[in-house]
Amino acid sequence: MSEEATAANQSVFNPFNIVAGVIVLIGIVLTVLRFTGGLGAITNLSNNNPWGIWISFDLLCGVALAAGGYTTSAACYLFGMKKYHSAVRPAILTAFLGYALVVLALHYDVGRPWRLPYPILYQQGTTSVLFEVGLCVFLYLNVLLIEYSPAALEWLGLNTVRKIVVKLTLVLTIFGVILSTMHQSSLGALFLIAPSKVHPLWYSTYLPVFFFISSIFAGLSMVIFESTLSHHYFHDKMDKTHLAESSHVTFGFAKAACWIMAGYFTMKVFDLSMDNDWHYLGTSYGIWYLAELLGFVALPCFLYAVGVRDKNIKLIKWTAFWTVLGIIVNRFNVSLVAFNWQLPSSERYFPHWMEIGITVFLITVFVIVFRFIVRRMPIFYEHPDYKGSH
Amino acid sequence: MEPVFFTLQDFFTFSKGITYVLMGIALVAMVAMWNFLVGRDEKHWPE
Repeated sequence: MSEEATAANQSVFNPFNIVAGVIVLIGIVLTVLRFTGGLGAITNLSNNNPWGIWISFDLLCGVALAAGGYTTSAACYLFGMKKYHSAVRPAILTAFLGYALVVLALHYDVGRPWRLPYPILYQQGTTSVLFEVGLCVFLYLNVLLIEYSPAALEWLGLNTVRKIVVKLTLVLTIFGVILSTMHQSSLGALFLIAPSKVHPLWYSTYLPVFFFISSIFAGLSMVIFESTLSHHYFHDKMDKTHLAESSHVTFGFAKAACWIMAGYFTMKVFDLSMDNDWHYLGTSYGIWYLAELLGFVALPCFLYAVGVRDKNIKLIKWTAFWTVLGIIVNRFNVSLVAFNWQLPSSERYFPHWMEIGITVFLITVFVIVFRFIVRRMPIFYEHPDYKGSH
Repeated sequence: MEPVFFTLQDFFTFSKGITYVLMGIALVAMVAMWNFLVGRDEKHWPE
């Protein structure tokens, strides 16, 4: 790269900053419209469709794709697979920012966001699945904050506090796995209340199990996908250990994801059979269901297996991207496409462009904060003052 | 065409019958899948 090009990239007005800046500015305007005009001002939400893209994408996909935090830390600290240690910090950071944005997105989606803490502090609806989701997300966000904090504390030089936090690692990992198991499955359980609204191909009494199991391979694939992007954009921030362990992480996680996807696919077929839903497969919904099951579960499962067998890292990386896309398709299918499927098309929901704008704005905020942190804090490398002390 | 069931027992006889056959296939397929997945891994056990 020439010196002029390097200087241009380091300037404030580089392409990333300009694009991100424009999106943030539009996002701020949309935010003002949302909080001054209410939900009706910028959304197509209605009494028939009270949950839109902010729930489907920002919450359901956000939580599923943030599952890399608990899967990676469980593999490293609970199952003793220390060869994945270098992947823990990036995975925890991704999960922490993911959950933080889920909560931020909820502020847009909930009619009276200032009442979000009510179920925790004021009036507990202990028989509600939504209460359990809220409590778990609230607790897990705090767990992730503490799990992530050693990187920030090393950056700030607060050694005493860091020592205390590092001692909590195992307890926090166990707590994180318990909370994730609970709320990942409960997000699926939310739809059990609407058997007549969700299309029979997607409705199942095993929805909580499907949501939980799919979150595991979503998390593993997201770690591979995030690692691919990080290697491209933050290669200079990675130390030798991180670079050396990278292929172990990719192959190990691909193998795990493949095996779990095979189990998930099998369970989905059993569910189809137990509910005797075969006759729906010939309908247009059935074709889309098969496209999801074969194209976004069976196919990546097979491609992961081929990638692991042939040690084809490029194939695995593309498969991880495809799997992440598949999880997004699945969550959209359950919560939007198959939801209210019996309503006439005029009453079906399609997001307003401003709803999509807010989602793009939130993803951009995620990328900006992620970029800020990994450029400054020891995420992809060990801080020189704390080498070997993890 | 969707089969007609007159009792719950009819329904479960039909759906469980098919599911048990699928489970048998899945058991064999999962072993094959595992062998395909780890077939080229280095062996670590003593010979």
